Amino acid sequence: MSQHFPAFIIVIPLIAAFFIFTAGWLKRTYCFYIAAVALAISLFSSFGLLLQVLQNKVVVYHFGGWSPPWGIAYRVDYLNGIVLVVSAAIAFLNLIATKKSVEKEFIERVGPFYALYVLFVTGTMGIVVTGDAFNLYVLLEIASLTGYALIGMGTEHAALASLNYVFMGTIGASFYLLGIGYLYIATGSLNMFDIASILPNIFQSNVVLFAFVICLTGLFIKMALFPMHTWLPNAYTYSPSPAISLIAPLTTKVMVYVMIRILLSVFTPSFSFKSMAVNTSFVWLAVIAIVVGSILALSQQSLKRMLSYVMIAEIGYMVGGFWLANRAGITGAILHIINDAAMTLCVFLVAGNILYRVPGDSFDNLKGLFRKMPFSMGAFVVGALSIIGVPPTCGFFSKWYLITGGIAAGHYGFVAALLFSSLVNVVLFFRIFEIGYFEPFGDLHISGSMDEEEKTFDDAPLGMLVPLMIVAAGLIVLGIYTDTLVTKVIQFAIPGGIS
Amino acid sequence: METIVSIRPFLAVLVSILAVPLIVSTRRTNFREGWTFFAAFAKFSIIASMTPVILDGVEIEYTIAQVLPSVAIKLKVDAFGMLFALVSSFLWIVTSAYSIGYMRRLKEHSQTRYFCYFALSLSATIGVAFSANLLTLYLFYEMLSFATYPLVTHHQDMEGRSSGRKYLLFIVGSSIGLVLPAMLFIYHMTGTLEFAQQGFIAGIVPPKLIWILVLLFVFGFAKAAVMPFHSWLPAAMVAPTPVSALLHAVAVVKVGVFCILRVLTGVFGTQLLFSSQMDTVVLYLASFTIIAASLVALSQDSLKSRLAYSTIGQLSYIILSAALLSPKGMIGGMMHIAMHAFGKITLFFCAGAIFVATGTKNISQMVGIGKRMPVTLSCFFIGSLSVIGIPPGGGFISKWYLILGTLEADQRFMLFILLSSSLLNAAYFLPIIYKAFFCTPEESLFENKIDEAPPWCLVPLTITAICSIFLFFYPEPFFSLAKIVSVGIFSGQ
Repeated sequence: MSQHFPAFIIVIPLIAAFFIFTAGWLKRTYCFYIAAVALAISLFSSFGLLLQVLQNKVVVYHFGGWSPPWGIAYRVDYLNGIVLVVSAAIAFLNLIATKKSVEKEFIERVGPFYALYVLFVTGTMGIVVTGDAFNLYVLLEIASLTGYALIGMGTEHAALASLNYVFMGTIGASFYLLGIGYLYIATGSLNMFDIASILPNIFQSNVVLFAFVICLTGLFIKMALFPMHTWLPNAYTYSPSPAISLIAPLTTKVMVYVMIRILLSVFTPSFSFKSMAVNTSFVWLAVIAIVVGSILALSQQSLKRMLSYVMIAEIGYMVGGFWLANRAGITGAILHIINDAAMTLCVFLVAGNILYRVPGDSFDNLKGLFRKMPFSMGAFVVGALSIIGVPPTCGFFSKWYLITGGIAAGHYGFVAALLFSSLVNVVLFFRIFEIGYFEPFGDLHISGSMDEEEKTFDDAPLGMLVPLMIVAAGLIVLGIYTDTLVTKVIQFAIPGGIS
Repeated sequence: METIVSIRPFLAVLVSILAVPLIVSTRRTNFREGWTFFAAFAKFSIIASMTPVILDGVEIEYTIAQVLPSVAIKLKVDAFGMLFALVSSFLWIVTSAYSIGYMRRLKEHSQTRYFCYFALSLSATIGVAFSANLLTLYLFYEMLSFATYPLVTHHQDMEGRSSGRKYLLFIVGSSIGLVLPAMLFIYHMTGTLEFAQQGFIAGIVPPKLIWILVLLFVFGFAKAAVMPFHSWLPAAMVAPTPVSALLHAVAVVKVGVFCILRVLTGVFGTQLLFSSQMDTVVLYLASFTIIAASLVALSQDSLKSRLAYSTIGQLSYIILSAALLSPKGMIGGMMHIAMHAFGKITLFFCAGAIFVATGTKNISQMVGIGKRMPVTLSCFFIGSLSVIGIPPGGGFISKWYLILGTLEADQRFMLFILLSSSLLNAAYFLPIIYKAFFCTPEESLFENKIDEAPPWCLVPLTITAICSIFLFFYPEPFFSLAKIVSVGIFSGQ
């Protein structure tokens, strides 16, 4: 049973999607439970896989028993083992947390929604677990198409925003496919590790160089790295809340994972990091992403839009950290994939809670929220402190590695950008705290009685609050266990040659 | 230096965090305040119980969590931390009593929130006092910044919002923008952040960078209000007076100074400061702040503002004492942490009592108030004696040692600074008392009827005033602790 964990992760949700779709016609209440069971099995399998990896370093699974390069091989090592667990956990927690939201927004379309949700998870987790470059494309398209559909289910401008995302996303995916195509032409194989063994012989080939460039470009588009980020703010703002708290934590981070995977495992560091000029220019690109994302976030007037620009800056952290090409930087990038996914889930879940109770998420609607929704806002404070980078939340520790990596590489521009972004985040989040805490201005010196305070209390229902609290607590737990994560897992995910 | 492992430092930090859910869940306000008292007494007892160990020359340590490969969140109790922790935890008990009188008489809103964040702030303060390395120090420093924000902005009005912004700008902006890169740079160069008796970066960090690092830390710990990073302190006076009293006269500002001293001695070390001549730079930064703050204090009409600027000046006394690099100076500085705390908190308590009883905030409106509130104003007099440094105020002892320190270090100019600032202190305190007691019946704005502040306010301020005098005659255990610190730092030379 346990040797089939890699298959379960993908196949169970895939099959469940069809059942959910059917249940959507027959008996709508079943949809959620089928999805929950499927994702729980995925989560359990991911945990199991990680434990296997911790014991055996690598787990290889040949689908259908056919060995590569003809069959599709799934390969789980330290890098994707941990990303799998995080993705599964986020998908599952988010499902539980948004049940009430989904029932409220999509009464008729619960079946399709959950089917798309589960298919999105299939695609996303497939991207992480696969060891085959073309299979990755297939799953990338599954994840993308379901993502577009989920986003398009929102109100008013959602369809247009999603269409824009379709255009850019498809271009990105096509570039990736083109790159893999060239690699196939050059090496004759689609299995990542097979390609990796053949490539060193042909490193000087122009085909390989072209494949490298176009693959990377496609991935940069998909991860919304500046200047290919324009699809993200609209897509994230107009998407329905239950969908965005699934998509936002996962999509871009998983794309960063793909970049790391392709560059470290397929092309290998000796090729990817060969040119210092290239490394440094990518870090500078990341610096621009961080600065622009932070500055643009300042001018936003609604919560989700502001958060999406913060996400754009966070992508810069990971890309920049990776291209520092030193151990601390890459550790920071991988750690930040995990931490950022958790932080993003936390803040977008809060946004979802707010939208459940309040008509809109523009700053005017956020007045007095600390009094009205103290628990949700409490979790928001933890998430905000993590994004700002305050110990002992996890965000501080990824910044730790990223900044020390920047100092080690002598790239003080990157260090300055990270500090700048932290300071801007203080302003961004305290602006929201101010609105929620100070406004509406009134005479509060009436009396300190507790009844007064209780009248306005109207937080989200328990079903939405409990998962949120778990995530918020998780941010601190992740922070405190950084050492365990780094020394037991991430350290081994980075090839030995990098210092 | 012998070290034992014990969970007591962690318990000392934890006890007030654990009190928070109890404070929140209690409906009856008297029980709620009871939890605060319980936490305050528990905290003080745990800390006091560790004192004999420290006085014996032993240190206590406890690792909370290994968060990074070579750095842990770790606590270590030594004489310096013990001195600071004793002062803060004792004064929390007194301040809690005072808070009851103040908040209830003024019928303040959101008192539960107030007491919760107070408890969290004290946790963070003790955490700073017991930090064993720079990361732990930074963690608790940030925790304090964020825990005190709701206290500063308690009134939730426009003034509170703009003061809150200033607070964040100066305190969080400097800690993230200045301290964090400095800390990470040091980690990058040395691979460790543990405080060592003689510092640990000597020889590893190039001399040119020492200057930059020292400045990053001195200004980065903006809670110490070294000019020009001081404006948050007068702005923070919009907070309820118990907040101003404990936090902005004792806890928050002393945390800033404590951090600077801890970093100067534990990271850089006195030898390095001397050889890089950073001691001179810090001396001049501190003396500028002392004089400038004292001069500005003269022009303030709002009593709390005057006290705020006085605090800014007094804090730099302590920084000056460290930069003198002299054993007697160090004793003076350490003692001043305690003496100034007791004196200043008395002064703030009096300011709050005056506001509660009469509604006045400005000195110009306090003519003749001594007739109405004799006890309060007498305690104010005692408090100012201590801050100015006149016997029998306890501050005399600390200033005496500071003066001895300047002579020992052969820094005549600093002696001049100390003496002139003491004169300035007298110039901005004594007129208040004179005007309060000795004025003609025509000038007096108050009737000749005694109408003091409520007892919950009056008793704490009398206690701290009496302590200020008591410490003059018997400055223990602070004096012994200060001596241990001084010997520890300078014996290695």
